[in-house]
Amino acid sequence: MVNRKIVGAHYGLMDWLVQRITGVVMVVFTLIVALGLIQGAGASYESWRGFMSAGLMRFVSFLFIVSLCWHAWVGVRDIWMDYIQPAGIKLTLHVLTLLALIGYAGWAVQIIWRL
Amino acid sequence: MTTARTLQFKIYRYDPDTDQKPTMQDISVEIDATDRKLLDALVKLKAKDDAIAFRRSCREGVCGSDALNINGRNGLACLTDIASFPEGKPIVLRPLPGLPVIRDLIVDMTQFFKQYHSIKPYLINNDPPPERERLQSPEEREELNGLYECILCACCSTSCPSFWWNPDKFVGPAGLLAAYRFIADTRDQATNERLDNLEDPYRLFRCHTIMNCVDVCPKGLNPTKAIGKIKDMMVQRSI
Repeated sequence: MVNRKIVGAHYGLMDWLVQRITGVVMVVFTLIVALGLIQGAGASYESWRGFMSAGLMRFVSFLFIVSLCWHAWVGVRDIWMDYIQPAGIKLTLHVLTLLALIGYAGWAVQIIWRL
Repeated sequence: MTTARTLQFKIYRYDPDTDQKPTMQDISVEIDATDRKLLDALVKLKAKDDAIAFRRSCREGVCGSDALNINGRNGLACLTDIASFPEGKPIVLRPLPGLPVIRDLIVDMTQFFKQYHSIKPYLINNDPPPERERLQSPEEREELNGLYECILCACCSTSCPSFWWNPDKFVGPAGLLAAYRFIADTRDQATNERLDNLEDPYRLFRCHTIMNCVDVCPKGLNPTKAIGKIKDMMVQRSI
């Protein structure tokens, strides 16, 4: 373990690429919501509910939730990789982050689909 | 033109063999009109207190040995103008951050060079050498500009937080700039192996593009751009 072999682990590119792609998805979703608000979707509870429960909006919201959680996974894992050195603590934090994000995603999807 | 004046310094002093912890020494030195660069002042300081330890060699920004942390910013003493220092404020000199201190302003560069060597900084070409030389077109040669000029002074890598936290795993901006110098070289035949060697969450992807390296490079090079090109090449070969 001390003399780490200096060779690539053959992964890392996908995470980096996913972070960029999910970032773009989130920007697009933010623009759609902003556009909806400008057109008055936030005027009342009923209009907001109508906006968010439209078929296409449910699809887009689902994509947003998945992107947000995936993006957060890469970003938070980056923080653990940067600052946490002991492998045991790092692995524990990775698992806790992953479990929390999966839980949040499930919860969010449940809310969106209940509309 | 710099005129005769007195320069105040706060210099990091530490001898791990005798000192419990580092101290900052206040010291001043008289300079005259012929002293133009910080290194000139350091040489005069050394004449005044010969226990102060720092590295120097060519005194013209080519050898890269006098890299220091000058007023909180990494740079070469031999390229830093004395005239650029504000009057009346002491000049704070520390060793390059993030590397073990051997003594005073001298750091142990072993980890830095270990990472540099890990990217195989030499041309790999298994064809028999031609009669004269391996040729490149002017356009192919153009791609190497801004890459080959690195003097390995370590100003960039030691200003990079990712290198501070993971110096044993992250190659660092200097090493990655050198890696792209050989990836971009049309005479090199190991492009795929080089990309394989770097495709790693630590070795390459600890770079979060904060560009401290570009900010401090005394040669005006751009490691961030080179790192971006390495990532581009990885994406292109994987899709």
